[in-house]
Amino acid sequence: MQAWRIDVLARPEHHDPMGSAAMRALLATGLEGVQDVRARRGYLLAAELPEAQVRAFARAVLCDPVIDQFVVHAPGAAPQVAAKGTQMVAIVPRAGVTDPVAHSIQKSLADMQMPAVQAGTYRAFDVRGNVDPQRLLQAAKKALANDVVQDVLLNALPAGFAGASAAADLAVHPIPLAHLDTSGLERLSKDGGLALDGAEMVVIQQHFQKLGRAPTRMELETLAQTWSEHCKHKTLTGNVRFEGRLIENLLKSTIVRVTHTLNRDFCVSVFVDNAGIVKFDDVDSVCIKVETHNRPSAIEPFGGAGTGVGGVIRDVLGTGLGARPIASTDVFCLAPPNLKPEQLPPGCIHPLALLKGVVAGVRDYGNPMGIPTVNGSVHFDENFVGNPLVYVGNIGILPTARAMKQAMAGDAIVALGGRTGRDGIHGATFSSLELHTESEKVSSGAVQIGDPITERKAMDAVLRCADEDLFSSITDCGAGGFSSAVGEMAEGLGAVVELGDAPLKYQGLAPWEVWISEAQERMVLSVPKAKLARVLEVCREEACEATVLGYFTADNRLVVRYRGTTHADLDLHFLHKGLPVRVRDAVFLPPSVSEPNLPPEPNVTGALLAVMSDYGVCSKEWIIRQYDHEVQAASAGKPLCGVREDGPSNAAVLAPKLGSRRGIVLSNGLNPRYSKIDPAAMAECALDEAMRNSVASGGDPDYTVILDNYCWGNTRDPQVLGELVRATEALCELAMHYRTPFVSGKDSLHNEFRAGDRTIRIPGCILVTAMSVIADVTRTMTSDCKRAGSLLVLVGMTKDELGGSVYYKTKAQLGSKVPRVDKNAGRDVLLGVHRAIAARCTLAAHDLSEGGLAAAVCEMAIGGKLGAKVDLAKVLTACTLRPEQVMFSESQSRFLLEIPPDRLADLRANLQHVPFAVVGEVTKEPTVLFAHGSQEVARLSVAELEVAWKRPLDLDQTLVAAGGGR
Amino acid sequence: MSSPKVLVLRAPGINCERETHHAFTRAGGTPSFVHIQQLLAAPTQLDSFRILAVPGGFSYGDDISSGRVLAQEMKAQLGCRILQFVERGGLVLGICNGFQVLVRLGLLPCTRGTLAEEVTLTHNLSNHYECRWVTLKTQKSRCVFLPSGLLLRWPAAHGEGRLVARDATLQKLLLDEGFATALYVDENGQATERYPHNPNGTPLGFAGLTNRNGRVLGVMPHPDRSYLPTHMPNWRHTQLSRGSLPDDGDGMVVFREMIKVAKAEG
Repeated sequence: MQAWRIDVLARPEHHDPMGSAAMRALLATGLEGVQDVRARRGYLLAAELPEAQVRAFARAVLCDPVIDQFVVHAPGAAPQVAAKGTQMVAIVPRAGVTDPVAHSIQKSLADMQMPAVQAGTYRAFDVRGNVDPQRLLQAAKKALANDVVQDVLLNALPAGFAGASAAADLAVHPIPLAHLDTSGLERLSKDGGLALDGAEMVVIQQHFQKLGRAPTRMELETLAQTWSEHCKHKTLTGNVRFEGRLIENLLKSTIVRVTHTLNRDFCVSVFVDNAGIVKFDDVDSVCIKVETHNRPSAIEPFGGAGTGVGGVIRDVLGTGLGARPIASTDVFCLAPPNLKPEQLPPGCIHPLALLKGVVAGVRDYGNPMGIPTVNGSVHFDENFVGNPLVYVGNIGILPTARAMKQAMAGDAIVALGGRTGRDGIHGATFSSLELHTESEKVSSGAVQIGDPITERKAMDAVLRCADEDLFSSITDCGAGGFSSAVGEMAEGLGAVVELGDAPLKYQGLAPWEVWISEAQERMVLSVPKAKLARVLEVCREEACEATVLGYFTADNRLVVRYRGTTHADLDLHFLHKGLPVRVRDAVFLPPSVSEPNLPPEPNVTGALLAVMSDYGVCSKEWIIRQYDHEVQAASAGKPLCGVREDGPSNAAVLAPKLGSRRGIVLSNGLNPRYSKIDPAAMAECALDEAMRNSVASGGDPDYTVILDNYCWGNTRDPQVLGELVRATEALCELAMHYRTPFVSGKDSLHNEFRAGDRTIRIPGCILVTAMSVIADVTRTMTSDCKRAGSLLVLVGMTKDELGGSVYYKTKAQLGSKVPRVDKNAGRDVLLGVHRAIAARCTLAAHDLSEGGLAAAVCEMAIGGKLGAKVDLAKVLTACTLRPEQVMFSESQSRFLLEIPPDRLADLRANLQHVPFAVVGEVTKEPTVLFAHGSQEVARLSVAELEVAWKRPLDLDQTLVAAGGGR
Repeated sequence: MSSPKVLVLRAPGINCERETHHAFTRAGGTPSFVHIQQLLAAPTQLDSFRILAVPGGFSYGDDISSGRVLAQEMKAQLGCRILQFVERGGLVLGICNGFQVLVRLGLLPCTRGTLAEEVTLTHNLSNHYECRWVTLKTQKSRCVFLPSGLLLRWPAAHGEGRLVARDATLQKLLLDEGFATALYVDENGQATERYPHNPNGTPLGFAGLTNRNGRVLGVMPHPDRSYLPTHMPNWRHTQLSRGSLPDDGDGMVVFREMIKVAKAEG
């Protein structure tokens, strides 16, 4: 359909930051000849709008009268796009891709008393210079657009709106199964993207055989969604034969058992709701959830990461009877950003582009939601090249009295928030399949683009309804869309759904598509009839669309109709309990690794610089600054600390009830490299690191809950599953000892990438997230050194544990002596350091992790802009170690504390029998010096360290120039 | 003296309303939330308030440009009413997105007393959103409640904060004639156009503006995220050197002074 095209651009005398950024991006691809780039923000308005109104609207709304000008291209006319010596590339959303700005344009049209005609947006760039057109097109596709959701046009503008959708296929489509053997069933599952295995398909076949009919397409899709690995965690809840034992329900007999055995009284609701709920104070509880959004982010990093954030926010919003989201956390695992292009397997997005995309995605969803992103980390390893990991987490707060929910027969099913489109179809089942070179093409339907303001409106509406006690149950529409949300709420009840009433983004969706679409920003409420009118009224006031989709019944059947025709009539007991228990074999074979024989290093200065500028250690300020970490005014411990706010913090400290000092400490731990040596070490160290980060910031190890998030390879391979079982058992043993219950968790399996005959498998990873509740945020700590003349105290024992260390990595080694956690010593260290910080004995506290003692000293100095002198001979070691081994060992259960000399006795009293040693002092002169007795080992100025530490991820080239060496 | 009533505006995408509400409560005001739909339905209710606060956020997603859609919505039915509210003794505070809305509405700087867009808040030179603490120096300005000569640390958190006037003459006039209320300053306390002390590249370092009669204040950085002592980035240093924390963070002065003026004016 043809449309007016309006280009808005900055007048020549004004800066054009969008054009400048595009120019940098094009140049970074190696494109030659570019002299200047100017950006155009393009708008489409339906051709029926009279020209006078188009111009009036452009002048008043689309264009900034102070700095912009605009050009109107009439419908049907070929636009004069390129001046002499200039070419233009236009970036245009593909058909069916959400365009959130379109609604706002329509709203403003209506506010100006104009017809609210169809609207859309695009972007375009005028590129001046002698540039090869085809190269420009290729560069624009790579640097300015994402093929999956956008088209790139050369020297043309979109003629109008993308083609109208075909008429919807409204037929019921029975799918006969009776005649198929197991391989036929498997093929059906594969061709339909159902991700069900042969045994599961046979159970479905038998069920419908008993009923004497074929399942409908919608029924089969509903079963596939509900039974997906994503929703049911079939592997982790299945049985495993391991080392001569049969482990029944792996998850229940490990993770869940820890929580139930510990039986901590602050756990309010665990493993039953969207998020784990933990007591905060006498009135309120906090809830927390972390999950992954790996597959969508691999294909469309911006949309994938953004909708990941949006999804986990909805999880929290849908916890209990509605929780207010108060903070987000994000962790990424990627291949190194300096990966050579020739090392990039076909079908993969380069890690640097991925990093920029996922950061922008988190930024552009989290910030508009008004939820601070307060904590996170980034990890780099070559094996993430095909399967980047994007962990997204959220915390909420809710009255403890509203922690439980129960839909009732007769309640209305109310859908609210965004409309349903074809976006995200088969996301749940797609996430259970292996990625491969062609995934980008075949799975693009699984890509979702977020619209945070629609979610914000839904959030505001839900929280007002919650305050007024207007609903009996709530859940979010996540994986599986309505099918999972309504299906879950109807368990033990029954439901009748009239899908024809669901508001759609556009016409042309088949009923089964409406039912399983994973379109974003939708919540489902169960509303008692007497309160329905008020719910709809509140939603109207909050400009949030709400629709009654049906009602809950008591017959334990899930009936889905579309304008009177029944498309599904499923037994809810079969839907939820019919899934056969999976039995898998697992075996653990230790990898063959060995310790390198490195020559002693007389001068460690170079090695120290290499460690500080390793991607795993270096400053993440470029990322952090793009996230709003202050909104909601709860921040009492920020992601960056120190006199110039550029030192790394261990954890986030929040005081979520304004005016109260009661708080939360949020931290995480993860080290994928350790997994390559021993998955058990990886798991233990993740927990110990999360706890150390928390405790160093003031967290209370005795009032801490944890979350487990697995990302693993293909667990159909017994060896891969064996690694998972080994890691799980180690994690659980330590969690039991630390008395930290798991309150929520998630798993993402099959993280393997097939490129030709090569399979790239990620190292098995467990992200441990820790949340501690504390009484007083003014008894918390940061890592930056604060006072010259104070003492540096190293708590804990340093061992010969450089396996998997950053130091070895900088020498292209892996090693075998991976850090392990001594569980008795570990708990004593955590409790002792916590007592010392709470007693205000410390000036600074930092945990020792990647880069060991050396990195911790340097980071504390960078934060404080002070120097440090460390005598490595004073460090307590378990055996004889060379100076560089003392500096870079990554032994667990260690902290570096800054202590006023007159508080040493108090420190000793608080640490009790925990081993510690004074290893150095803080100096006024900003130089970091490591010596071994009288022999100097490494010396660097803080300014030099800062440059090395900040440069690797200084992607705007602003940190080193502006922050380093000032 | 009764506690001045504060209208804290809500709208789709506004997201700093709770902290703004709490800061005014803490200062002794009586804030209430009013949704834009409620205000449009009954605009006269504005007259029962002494202060109008437009909080930060991403009103309507900052679609088209920051604050544009909300400003457009307000223009027809509320623009003149707010102007009257200001002329009759009301006070207005716009923070971040609220400032952007007031600028698009023409209420700031409003050098001629009529609603017209004289300046814009546009994309940071970095072309992206950025969250960082900045140092401001308050100026001798027309603003009737913001004291001059203060060095304040507030967090800036925006992608469109570069304040550009229609022309260089106006940009200079804003400084010379007391419309510029606060400037970004460097470590020596000097106004700066340089990153990172000036996070967005605003010429002359403007971080806030007032209007002709000094009763409207718009600021890009957030006093609503710096009013408690534990909001401040280095409160642990303060605690160490003073032995205890002060009562307020640096942003509290805005809320206290607004309430003080509203009370004094009765």
